[in-house]
Amino acid sequence: MGSQQVEVGLKKAMYEEMALIRRFEEKLIELSQEKGKLVGMQILAYGQEAVSVGIVKALEPDDVIVSNHRSHGHLLAKGADPKYLMAEIMGKATGVNKGKSGTLHMSVPEVNALMTTTIVGGGPPLAVGAAFAQQYRGTSNITVVFFGDGAAAEGSVHEAMNLAALWKLPVLFVCENNCWAGAQSLSEHCCLMDITRRAVGYGMPGELVDGNDVEKVFTLAKEMVSRCRNSQGPVLIEAKTYRIRGHGEHDHQHYVDKKELEAWARLCPVRCLRERMLADGLVTEGEIQVMDRQIEAKVDEAVRFASDSPYPLPEEALQDLWVEDGIPQQVAQ
Amino acid sequence: MAVLSFGQALKDALDVAMSKDDSVFIAGEGVGVSIHYDPNLPTHGLLEKYGRKRVKDTPVSEAAIAGLGVGASALGLRPVVEIMFFPFITLAADMLVNHAAKLRYLSGGKSAFPLTVRVKAGVSFAAGCQHSHNLEAWLAHSPGLRVVFPSTAADAKGLLLSAIFDPNPVIVIEEMLLYWMKGEVPDGDHRIPIGKARVVIPGKDCTVVSYGGAVYTALEAAKTLSEEGISTEVIDLRSLVPLDKACLLDSVRRTGRLVVLHDATKFGGFGAEISAIVAEEAFDVLKAPIKRVAAPDIPVPVSPPQEMFNKPSPETVIAAVRATVGKG
Ligand SMILES: Cc1ncc(C[n+]2csc(CCOP(=O)(O)OP(=O)(O)O)c2C)c(N)n1
Repeated sequence: MGSQQVEVGLKKAMYEEMALIRRFEEKLIELSQEKGKLVGMQILAYGQEAVSVGIVKALEPDDVIVSNHRSHGHLLAKGADPKYLMAEIMGKATGVNKGKSGTLHMSVPEVNALMTTTIVGGGPPLAVGAAFAQQYRGTSNITVVFFGDGAAAEGSVHEAMNLAALWKLPVLFVCENNCWAGAQSLSEHCCLMDITRRAVGYGMPGELVDGNDVEKVFTLAKEMVSRCRNSQGPVLIEAKTYRIRGHGEHDHQHYVDKKELEAWARLCPVRCLRERMLADGLVTEGEIQVMDRQIEAKVDEAVRFASDSPYPLPEEALQDLWVEDGIPQQVAQ
Repeated sequence: MAVLSFGQALKDALDVAMSKDDSVFIAGEGVGVSIHYDPNLPTHGLLEKYGRKRVKDTPVSEAAIAGLGVGASALGLRPVVEIMFFPFITLAADMLVNHAAKLRYLSGGKSAFPLTVRVKAGVSFAAGCQHSHNLEAWLAHSPGLRVVFPSTAADAKGLLLSAIFDPNPVIVIEEMLLYWMKGEVPDGDHRIPIGKARVVIPGKDCTVVSYGGAVYTALEAAKTLSEEGISTEVIDLRSLVPLDKACLLDSVRRTGRLVVLHDATKFGGFGAEISAIVAEEAFDVLKAPIKRVAAPDIPVPVSPPQEMFNKPSPETVIAAVRATVGKG
C-alpha cells in the first residue's frame, strides 16, 4: 500500500494540511511561553498529524467527527478555520465557541466536527449516538471518533464498541496509539499492546496502521469508510504514532527515555512526506517553500486576528446554557 | 511544627498513614509516576518510598479505580484512591454512590468500607467545565458517604488522616489552587475529627459560613467589612457530612444573621442545605433573611473575564453582608 495509490494532487493537499497543523501548533508552543497570551493547558497533536489528515481526507464533508482533548489536528483537517480556533484558544469572543470552551472542548458543527469532549473515553459513546442518527435517517454518512490508547481502558469505550457492532452502526473508531496516557506508557496500562485485537471481541474488523505515514492511513481509511458507509457496521483502526511534545506544554517529559523520543522524532510524519514527495519528483523545493510560506502567513493571520479580538463580556457567561427558540439549524440538519 | 504547603501536608498524611499501617495503599492515574514533577503535589515521592506494591498507577479507568477501593476496603484494606479532577467523579459515581455508600446498610451492618477517595477540585485554572465543577452537593446528598473539604494545610493533613482511619467511605475534596499555600502543620499522626467546624474569626454582626478555598474569599470580605465597622464571624465547615450543626447554629444565635458562601453553583447547592437548617432550627433568632453567595447556575466558562465572573468574589460577599445588616 502507499505512494502509488494516492494521486499527486491529493498528496500535496495532505502535505499542506499536515504542515498547517504543525505550524499552528508550533505557534502555540511559542505563545504558551508568553505570559497571558493563551489560557489554560495546551495539549498538542504534534507528531500525530498524519492520523488526523489521513483519516479525515477519506471522509465526505457531511461525515461527522467526534474529537478529544488532543483536537487541533482533527479540527483543522476537517476544515475548521484556524482564525476562530486560535481565538478560542486565547479565550476570545470571536473564538469558535465564544471563549466558553478554550482549547480543550472545541466544537465546530459548521464543518461537522460536531463534538469534542475532554472526558477521556467520552467520545465513543457520543459517536455511537451520532452514527445511530445517521443510520436512523437513512443517510450514507458515517461518524469517526478519535480516542487515545489510554482512553481504550475506559469502560465507556467497550460499551460503545459493543453497541455499535451489535447494531451495525456506521462508526469508524480511530485509536491514536501514541504510546502514552499521561505519564503511563502503553505497557503500563494495557497488556495487549495492540488495541485492535479487541475488535474481534466485539465482532468488527480491527486494522493496524503506521500512523506516521499519511498515505497508508488514508488508503486504509478509504477502504474502511466505504465499509461503514455500506451498512456493514463499525470498524476499529489503530494508528501507531507517538506523542512527541509530552502530554501538554506543562509536561517536561522527565519520565520519557530521550532515545525513544529521538527515534520517533526521526519519523516525523510531516518531514517524511515532504522528503518522499521531493525524492519522487512530485514537487520541487521551490513549490514546498511557497506552500510553507502560505501556511506561515495563514497562521500569522490567525494569531493577529485572535490577538486583536476582544474577550467576551463577563455577563455573556450566562448565555448559551439553554436553547430558547428551537434547535439551531446545523444541529437539526 | 513544620511549615508545609497544603500539598505537602497531604503527602505527610499519606506518609504517616502508610508507615503506620501497611493495609493503606494508594491508587489512581499518575499517583506514582506523574507528568508533573512538583514536591507540592500530594503523592510526590511516595512511589520511591513505598514501591509499586503500595503506590499503584492505574489505567484511565475511574470506575475500576473506585471499584478497586470499594472491593479492597470490604476485605479490610484501607485504600486511598485518587480521582484526578472533580467532574471525573461522575465516572466513578456508580461505585461510590450505589456501592460504597449503600452496601454496609444493605448488609444490615455486617460489612464496612474504610475507603478514602481523594478528589482534586478547583475553579479558576482555565481548563473549563469538564475539569472544573464542584459537585460536593451531589456527594453530600448520598447517605453513606462522608465528605470533607479542607482549607488549610493543617486541616488537610488532619482531615485526610482521619479519613484514612475512618471506618466509613470518606471523600476528601482537595482544592488544587491551595496546594502551594503554606501553613504550620503539626508533626506525626495529627488528626482533625471529621464533623467539627472551625470558627476562623469571631464576629458579632453576621456569620459567613464557607469551606475550601472560598474561606479566603470570606476572610478578605470580612477584612473590608471590619474597616467599615461591620463585625463578621467566618466559619469554615471543614466537613460537610457529618455537618457541625452545633457550631453553625451557635454562631447564628450569636450574630443573628447568615450569609452562606461557596464556589459551587447556587441552585440545589450545599448552601441550600445550610440555609434550610438555620431556617428550620434558628428562625427565631434571625434578624434578616439568609443570603447565599455562590456561582451562577452555569458551567464554568474558560475565557478569563467569564471565569472570574463565575467565581464568587469578596465584593459579592461584602454586598451580601451589607444587605443583611441593613447597610446595603
Ligand atoms: C475521564 C477522564 N479521566 C482522566 C482524565 C485526565 N487525562 C486527560 S488526558 C489523559 C491521558 C489520556 O491518554 P490517551 O487516551 O492515550 O490520549 P493521549 O493524551 O495520549 O492523546 C488523562 C488521564 C480525563 N481528561 N478524563
